[in-house]
Amino acid sequence: MGFETFGKVSFTSETKAAAFVDYLAQGKVMGTRCKACGTAYFPPKMDCPSCPDSETEWVEITGPGKLIAYSTVHYGPAGFEDDAPYTIAVGEFGNGLHIFSRISKDIKVEEIKPGMKLKVVPIKLTGDRLSYEFQKA
Amino acid sequence: MDDVAIVGVGQSAFTRKSGVSIRELCFDAFKEAMTGLDLTNKDIDASITCSAPEYDKQRTPSGLISEYLELTPSPAFYIESVCSSSTTGLRVAYSLIKSGLHRVVAVIGFQKMSELSSRDSAERMGRGADIMWEAPFGISMPSGYAMFAQAHMAQFGTTVEQLARVRVKNASYGAKNPKATYRKEVTLEEVLTSAPVATPLKMFDACANADGASCIIVASADVAKKVSKIPIWIAGLGAATDTMSMSGRKSLTSLSCAKDAAAQAYKMAGVKPQDIDVAEVHDCFTISEILAYEDLGFAKPGEGARLVDEKQTYVDGKIPVNVDGGLLSKGHPVGATGGSQMRTIVRQLRGEATEAQVKNAEIGLVHNIGGVGQYGNVVILRR
Ligand SMILES: CC(C)(COP(=O)(O)OP(=O)(O)OC[C@H]1O[C@@H](n2cnc3c(N)ncnc32)[C@H](O)[C@@H]1OP(=O)(O)O)[C@@H](O)C(=O)NCCC(=O)NCCS
Ligand SMILES: [Zn+2]
Repeated sequence: MGFETFGKVSFTSETKAAAFVDYLAQGKVMGTRCKACGTAYFPPKMDCPSCPDSETEWVEITGPGKLIAYSTVHYGPAGFEDDAPYTIAVGEFGNGLHIFSRISKDIKVEEIKPGMKLKVVPIKLTGDRLSYEFQKA
Repeated sequence: MDDVAIVGVGQSAFTRKSGVSIRELCFDAFKEAMTGLDLTNKDIDASITCSAPEYDKQRTPSGLISEYLELTPSPAFYIESVCSSSTTGLRVAYSLIKSGLHRVVAVIGFQKMSELSSRDSAERMGRGADIMWEAPFGISMPSGYAMFAQAHMAQFGTTVEQLARVRVKNASYGAKNPKATYRKEVTLEEVLTSAPVATPLKMFDACANADGASCIIVASADVAKKVSKIPIWIAGLGAATDTMSMSGRKSLTSLSCAKDAAAQAYKMAGVKPQDIDVAEVHDCFTISEILAYEDLGFAKPGEGARLVDEKQTYVDGKIPVNVDGGLLSKGHPVGATGGSQMRTIVRQLRGEATEAQVKNAEIGLVHNIGGVGQYGNVVILRR
């Protein structure tokens, strides 16, 4: 339970990583790290296949990161039509850790430039839903 | 190495709305594949049906198709790797024959995309990405590839005009393909002014959802030599994956699953990119074809677009690509697409591609990708 409030439309309700949403409510975007081998995971992963016996711990994503790739979606899939146009993107947040998110609508499309500095920020969506987005760092 | 061959190839017409059932679409493909072969349905000792189930009403379609084509009691298998399902089916058919378990295997791919609206299909495709971490943001297939296009343009200076030239080329061949959904030429202007779908990609940079089926008959060498005048040999096979998530990708300017699959297939076939006479690549979007040129080694990284600028991928160029119109003209009935690509290469190698025949084609290649580079299959065929 708990994960069904994540994002515009969530397709998952139950997950060991549901605390991610509680952290969002506290204003934090978290990844995880394997306590044994130290591998950092984003999206968060509560299991490490290389060290199946180990545990993972939550680690806050601080940043800043930089924009690697993006696209402004004009044709939204069913369930997302009303949001379009919106911009999806991948950002790099150090040590090869990539984050997929939307870019805040506060940034004009013309201002979006590859390589620009980003931070990843928790946001509230309508209907008490929680997500995160890229904002200017 | 010449021990498994393709003896028959067929496809239905690909259309926006077929007006027939999936079993009848599959029959059309089967009928063409069996034409001229000294084989009947009773000789097919296994079948592999390929589709992406999210678009289907029929559950476990392998049983249904096996019954309709009267292939029972031979075993019937079902394979899915979204848009690359039917070349994954070919890989399984090859293994079944190599192992000696079977001698003649039918690989049947289908999809009836008109069962759903394009928006609902886009939602299913969004759920073909990571549903926990990426689908909730509204990712779609076009926007996944659009990020590759944007990154390629930023890193290498590829332009929207160059992307558009891929559609112009493929439309010029689609115009000649009686089985293609879109059978008319388009101008650069028309592509550039079409509606935005996911920047920088526009409607004419995208393949259309379509209904259709394909069928490939695969046989062991002894059977192939008996039943077919020109067996086409499976010389190389490669298959690889990359992460489901976009955030897991090491590169957003190339598809590593395609590069890995190509390296395996070239090695197995003992050939190099410059030995390929004709290729079918997975041009679900214009950018996808440019990525394919580079991932297959037809061009250096970043230089793919030049091939189409210089018309090197036209039928009389250095390496003709998608001279049947590609997915961009034919339309993309997900599970059927790989089989249609195979059909084109087999017809080219047999010298039967009357619409746009590459002269003396002896070695051909198929590049078929599932999802936004999640699954990659490369097949090398030889006359
Ligand atoms: C681009 C897209 C959003 C268009 O949406 P659509 O609702 O299917 O299109 P429409 O019904 O609005 O099309 C109206 C007309 O535009 C034209 N058109 C639509 N798509 C076209 C295309 N790709 N190429 C050329 N013309 C096209 C046709 O004239 C069409 O009329 P038709 O239905 O009689 O053929 C849709 O084709 C799409 O999602 N394509 C990508 C599919 C995909 O991602 N597949 C997986 C890739 S691996
Ligand atoms: Zn570990």
